[in-house]
Amino acid sequence: MNHRALKRKDLFWLALVVLLALMPAVSAVATNTFLMHVLILILLFSAMAQTWNIIGGYGGQTSFGHSVFFGIGAYGAGMAVVTYGLSPWPGIGIGMVAAAAVAVLISYPCFKLSGHYFAIATFAIVEIFHRMFLVWYWVGGALGLDYPVVEQGLKNFMWYDTKTGYYYGALALFVLVFGIVRFLESHRFGYYLRAVREGQETAESLGVNSQAIKLTAMALSAALAAMCGAFFGQYNLRVDPSMVMSLDMSMKFVLVTILGGAGTLAGPLLGAAVLIPLQEYTRALWGGLGGGVDLIVFGVLIIIIVIKQPAGISGMVRDIAKHIERRRAAAKGGTSIDAP
Amino acid sequence: MPEPILSLADVHAGYDGVPVVFGVTMEVMAGELVAVVGANGAGKTTTMRSIVGLNNPLAGVIRFAGRDISRLRAHQTLALGISYVPEGRRVFAKLSVEQNLLLGAYTEKSKAEIKRRLEEMLELFPVLRERSSQTAETLSGGEQQMLAIARGLMSRPKLLLLDEMSLGLMPALVEKMMETIVAINKSGVTVLLVEQMVQEALEIAHRGYVLQSGRVVHTGSAQELLDSEDIRRAYMGM
Repeated sequence: MNHRALKRKDLFWLALVVLLALMPAVSAVATNTFLMHVLILILLFSAMAQTWNIIGGYGGQTSFGHSVFFGIGAYGAGMAVVTYGLSPWPGIGIGMVAAAAVAVLISYPCFKLSGHYFAIATFAIVEIFHRMFLVWYWVGGALGLDYPVVEQGLKNFMWYDTKTGYYYGALALFVLVFGIVRFLESHRFGYYLRAVREGQETAESLGVNSQAIKLTAMALSAALAAMCGAFFGQYNLRVDPSMVMSLDMSMKFVLVTILGGAGTLAGPLLGAAVLIPLQEYTRALWGGLGGGVDLIVFGVLIIIIVIKQPAGISGMVRDIAKHIERRRAAAKGGTSIDAP
Repeated sequence: MPEPILSLADVHAGYDGVPVVFGVTMEVMAGELVAVVGANGAGKTTTMRSIVGLNNPLAGVIRFAGRDISRLRAHQTLALGISYVPEGRRVFAKLSVEQNLLLGAYTEKSKAEIKRRLEEMLELFPVLRERSSQTAETLSGGEQQMLAIARGLMSRPKLLLLDEMSLGLMPALVEKMMETIVAINKSGVTVLLVEQMVQEALEIAHRGYVLQSGRVVHTGSAQELLDSEDIRRAYMGM
């Protein structure tokens, strides 16, 4: 393995995190509430997409069910605060465990089948959970959970004066999820997972227990998605079934990752950095047209990406980097290989 | 007479209940290099897959080192010491050469042991050392085949099953491949080799089985098969 190249790549990420951490120190940024809101959502959606990337990108199992795990996390935190008057933290933990359990229960039978069964089954569970939560009185039913006003701060994970607290919360989530995936990339488990994606049978004939690998990845992905959901609930101070457990939300997990480049570390960030500002600005501009404008924009972008560069934005970046390198090499060598 | 390390007794195998192999019986002694030859569709790969446990046989008994392995799954036969290198060089394209090799030692837990085997493989296949950090998709066809074999050896198998190693390789490379297989066998690994290139395979093998439409139609020492008029006419175009 090329250690020097790896280090350089990590330095880039480190620099990015430091830069992001310093952002709120710039008063022009910190006082611009809308900009802060967009930045928080970029970080949140990057983390969400990255959780999907674990099973969908690296594992090659397309899940349309991530809004269920996301929603379970949101409900975990929401119920802790609203129903039981506690801090959200124990709820977040319970939500993560519950989401992982649900993920394993759904995936266990589906992973035994080949083809698109898994994708179809995950589609179905979104609908099931949505309906179930709509009529489930204990979790707030269709009305959902409205947060009471409690003391702000990290204990309650709530801030009212500025968005800086949420910003750092989103950044911590981003660092955690990206850090885990970065670790997996270079760790055994990461390449076992990719091996199962590329050739399940070949991997099995080498003794790889593909079922266990996929289930572990799925559970991890779901638990982290639940954590993102909890943040989303705390940020919006409200949780209801249509907000968190919808196909729309599931699609965002998938689209952000695919647009950015599935199966790459940078993909989810690139996807979110493009899609989220688009979503928020179109919503601010054309919100009066009714919901769904952002999804239309997403759809058009995805069509273009899939036709032009199936590897997503990270694929485009790679192509451009290669092109520049080739140019530079050509300039050094004195001849241009790009010349017709 | 010593007991064979691998034996198939009247094995029927197929896919989704439809048989392709009808009552194959064969034996492989420890340390032997045995070739299974025959035309495309004769049931060679299906037989291999039933030995490893990728497709359990519909009927019949497969024994390995004195144990009935007919119903075992692939990871279980691997644990017993059977390694299968599938046809069509199924390397993991997006993983590095080194990661491909490490996957071959999936069941080994000792890091020092894995490292030693990796070093051994890079010694045996120097071309892989030069490219150890490249992704497998960047290798040539011959190199990918070498990688697939090296990966198969990473589990330190007692029995190595090689499926159509010559497929899609140019003649010079086929020869080199055969030399490598002989070297592996000489190092103490029992080899069961499936080949469409009948002559090349029989030239390096000790014994051979000729499969046709899912049945063994000839068997004998490699030399006997090479000398057989029928086989020369049917498979070698002579």
